[in-house]
Amino acid sequence: LKESKRAVNSLRDIVDDDDDDDLERVSWSGEPVGSISWSIKETTSSSTSSLEGRDSNLQKGSSSYAAFPKQVSSYSLSSLFKGEGPHVLSYLCLSLSALSDTGVKNYAPELRRPKAEYKDYSSDWSPKDTVRRMQRGKVCSLERFRSLQDKLVLLDEAVAGHDGNVITAVLIFLKRTLRREILFRELEVRQVALCHLIHFLKESGEQKLLLDLLRLCFFFFSLQLSQYREHLNIQDVEKRREFLKGCIGLPFSAEDTSHIQDHYTLLERQIIIEASDRHLEMAGQSEIFQKYPRKASILNMPLVTTLFYSCFYHYTEAEGTFSSPTNLKKTFKIPDKQYVLTALAARAKLRAWDDVDALFTTKNWLGYTKKKAPIGFHRVVEILQRNNAPVQVLQEYVRLVEDVETRLNLATKYKCHDVVIETYRDLKDRIQLTAYKCKVERGSADEEKINSILNNMVRNTY
Amino acid sequence: MAAHLSSGRVNLTALREAGRRELREFLDKCAGSKAIVWDEYLTGPFGLIAQYSLLKEHEVEKMFTLKPGRLPQADVKNIIFFVRPRLELMDIITDNVLREDRGRSPQRDFHILFVPRRSLLCEQWLKEQGVLGSFIHREQYSLDLIPFDGDLLSMESESAFKECYLESDQTSLYHAAKGLMTLQALYGTIPQIFGKGECARHVANMMIRMKREFPGSQNSIFPVFDTLLLLDRNVDLLTPLATQLTYEGLIDEIYGIQNTYVKLPPEKFALKKQGEGGKDLPTEPKKLQLNSAEELYAEIRDKNFNAVGSVLSKKAKIISAAFEERHHAKTVGEIKQFVSQLPHMQAARSSLANHTSIAELIKDITTSEDFFDNLTVEQEFMSGIDTDKVNNYIEDCIAQKHPLIKILRLVCLQSVCNSGLKQKVLDHYKREILQTYGYEHILTLNNLEKAGLLKPQTSGRNNYPTIRKTLRLWMDDVNEQNPNDISYVYSGYAPLSVRLAQLLARPGWRSIEEVLKMLPGPHFEERQQLPTGLQKKRQHGENRVTLVFFLGGVTYAEIAALRFLSQMEDGGTEYVIATTKLINGTSWIKSLMEKLEPAPF
Repeated sequence: LKESKRAVNSLRDIVDDDDDDDLERVSWSGEPVGSISWSIKETTSSSTSSLEGRDSNLQKGSSSYAAFPKQVSSYSLSSLFKGEGPHVLSYLCLSLSALSDTGVKNYAPELRRPKAEYKDYSSDWSPKDTVRRMQRGKVCSLERFRSLQDKLVLLDEAVAGHDGNVITAVLIFLKRTLRREILFRELEVRQVALCHLIHFLKESGEQKLLLDLLRLCFFFFSLQLSQYREHLNIQDVEKRREFLKGCIGLPFSAEDTSHIQDHYTLLERQIIIEASDRHLEMAGQSEIFQKYPRKASILNMPLVTTLFYSCFYHYTEAEGTFSSPTNLKKTFKIPDKQYVLTALAARAKLRAWDDVDALFTTKNWLGYTKKKAPIGFHRVVEILQRNNAPVQVLQEYVRLVEDVETRLNLATKYKCHDVVIETYRDLKDRIQLTAYKCKVERGSADEEKINSILNNMVRNTY
Repeated sequence: MAAHLSSGRVNLTALREAGRRELREFLDKCAGSKAIVWDEYLTGPFGLIAQYSLLKEHEVEKMFTLKPGRLPQADVKNIIFFVRPRLELMDIITDNVLREDRGRSPQRDFHILFVPRRSLLCEQWLKEQGVLGSFIHREQYSLDLIPFDGDLLSMESESAFKECYLESDQTSLYHAAKGLMTLQALYGTIPQIFGKGECARHVANMMIRMKREFPGSQNSIFPVFDTLLLLDRNVDLLTPLATQLTYEGLIDEIYGIQNTYVKLPPEKFALKKQGEGGKDLPTEPKKLQLNSAEELYAEIRDKNFNAVGSVLSKKAKIISAAFEERHHAKTVGEIKQFVSQLPHMQAARSSLANHTSIAELIKDITTSEDFFDNLTVEQEFMSGIDTDKVNNYIEDCIAQKHPLIKILRLVCLQSVCNSGLKQKVLDHYKREILQTYGYEHILTLNNLEKAGLLKPQTSGRNNYPTIRKTLRLWMDDVNEQNPNDISYVYSGYAPLSVRLAQLLARPGWRSIEEVLKMLPGPHFEERQQLPTGLQKKRQHGENRVTLVFFLGGVTYAEIAALRFLSQMEDGGTEYVIATTKLINGTSWIKSLMEKLEPAPF
């Protein structure tokens, strides 16, 4: 790649002293001059003769576009056929027949409409014909279909045609002319039509009918979710909370029910936390809010974000309060791993290294302390590093990484000299240790340390 | 402008020409000067059919983007709306029309062109708003299959997969069948139809029915296509989830190709010209068109990215040498010849410069640690390693809040490679995702489940290893530089969909009946009778032409794999590709995600 880059660059020089016009046929934005989206901009802004406009015009002049022979389009072949009565030939046929001299004979037979099409004004179409006509985009009255039987045949024909446009049109007709209970009953056994109607009601915003329909079809699992979906359209949090509460009762799968229950509980919590924190922040009494003003409200944030927030602002609170991290952890059964990661990120951001230390310290029953991390210490190091932890803090956790190779990599990457040196010492790797000497500062304590270890090693081997 | 369309085995210029003709005829119906108001989504696809000059020849003087409010001042007789049949767009049009100044004279006439179809629903909507009567012409423009390249057609219907599999709305299949009828009208009846999948079956049925509805008529064009292969996307859910590793595939994965255009960060494309060096760096993204009209791109687009560098440097040497020749040109004749080649050489130079820059951009990403880790996990899953337990890398990505789509791609990939996840594993992933990204994503997870991308293992059996082995989906010894198998497009994984196409051509699907039964949906074969005069007498050594139609989307890597098969010396089959939409894993998952309101901050 580099090579070709170099070649290209050197070519540029050659070309430049050849002093030729640039051959670019496109404006900078890349639209070929004369393309539709380019022209929209062009015609819209034509009154203001901007710099860009002038540029494009210049390019237009030199573009090869103008050199292309103009498409022969000044005469429309379709006019030739007008005498024959264009309504006989389909639209497509017209356009195709113009394609070649042999046109009509070659293309037309396949495209010529069947005889039946002539009787455009007949009113006695079968359901099948009606559907077919509608598929072609012709308007036809459905009022003739009076009996339920007829209407259902019509609907089934439409569904069999797979054309959503027609299916919806028939459904609108049925919705208007059938009693609701009957319509719903018939749709129960016609899933495809049912989906179309639901989709239509959603699109056209007929909430009431939609909800009625959904309530009736509660056997159909995914529909509950479309009711749940509604909460997204509710801006007011209190109303949204009420709505979610109503959703809990819906017959979801067990798994989904627990998620939706959690969603409700979370929003309920957020409303409480938000109210009290906004108050605290306004009052200006709380140090943490003054030092780190909130960037946004916590409402409608995901659970993990909420946990981060609570670890950031409410870390030390007792488990009894709604905003304490431990309370959140318990209520939502947040796994250890997730909790530690989030707490770590929050405390590291605040540079509260003691809290970080406490996160990983466990006491056994004899009172000995031990360091343990459910996420692996290499991850701890990464997160700390991202939060610009000082080397002394970093080094402590690098040392705890169990895998020797990972430990060496991390230590070298983040310049934790002590850890590197000690690891090589334990590995009794003279060569690497000697090589590492050039990485530490001359005359520093680290260099001394290396030297003394090297000397010791020599003594030991002899 | 469209030379690249006729470069392939099938001349697709004819299809484009048919589209242009239809457009002209509509424009001529609205006599007098006109302004077009565009549904912005349509400008891309229309750009592949026609240029502004064509519209201008038919008295289109102004063009605007559709937006609410009063229409801009324009002294034209006609205002034409070019729109998709969508209710939200109808609302905007209504607003436009109602705000039109009734007092102005002369009055402007309104028209609507629905693309691809008139919709009764939309017209009723306009009627209810009381504006339907304002429109003189209401027509449809059936832009079903748009020619993208010499061997590629797309309907650019972004929601086709979602509509078919989530909403049981098969309208896009109806359009696909209609597009195929148009294609047959132009290129002859396709004698053989094969298919796999529920949607494929529907499309074939509709085609047969549409043919029946024109009784007594026979197409008298000599058939260009020998075979049509209809493939459901849900037969192969795996392929789009994996990261494409061809040059074009990576451009699409990273920057997204829209209607053959890509927008790139401008920094690498700053023109270093003497005198204006460092004057002002462009801030607007650089937009480039990518298709086979560009010689160099045609050569490298389908290569594995690892093989692109060497081609570029080879090209660079050739071009350098060509430019060097000017020093050896002594006689007037020689100089003249050199000068005559200059335009071509400069085009080649600028093309080389562009692709070197793009390759550098991509290389920055492919050499990153995260790309490598992600790819490693994908490849483990596809080769069947540890697909049945919670994956550490995925957990880490969730913890670090990587983009949700990335997580979903990986989890779905794991699910598909394990014929569904163990309930415990699935629940774990779901919980982590909901807790980290928000409970409302339960809607998206539910969509993915419905589409079969994410599911619990129900049968208790994992079929994937059998499918993988029988279809040779995983190749350990992949040659990226000089490939001998389609698996090069994913550096080891051979796309299932393309394998099916390959095996259909030789030795035939009978050899893989068992596996076909494991994949969803029926497989079938239909024949369409041709009159005796049109039956092909194949010349010895002449390749068959197969049209592969991907219902629900196709990736660039799959296209590359099919092109590779076309070029194989003893392949015997050339492929033309059609699809409802060009997709990649990200755009595909995105289309399945529930549209959530953007957070208010």
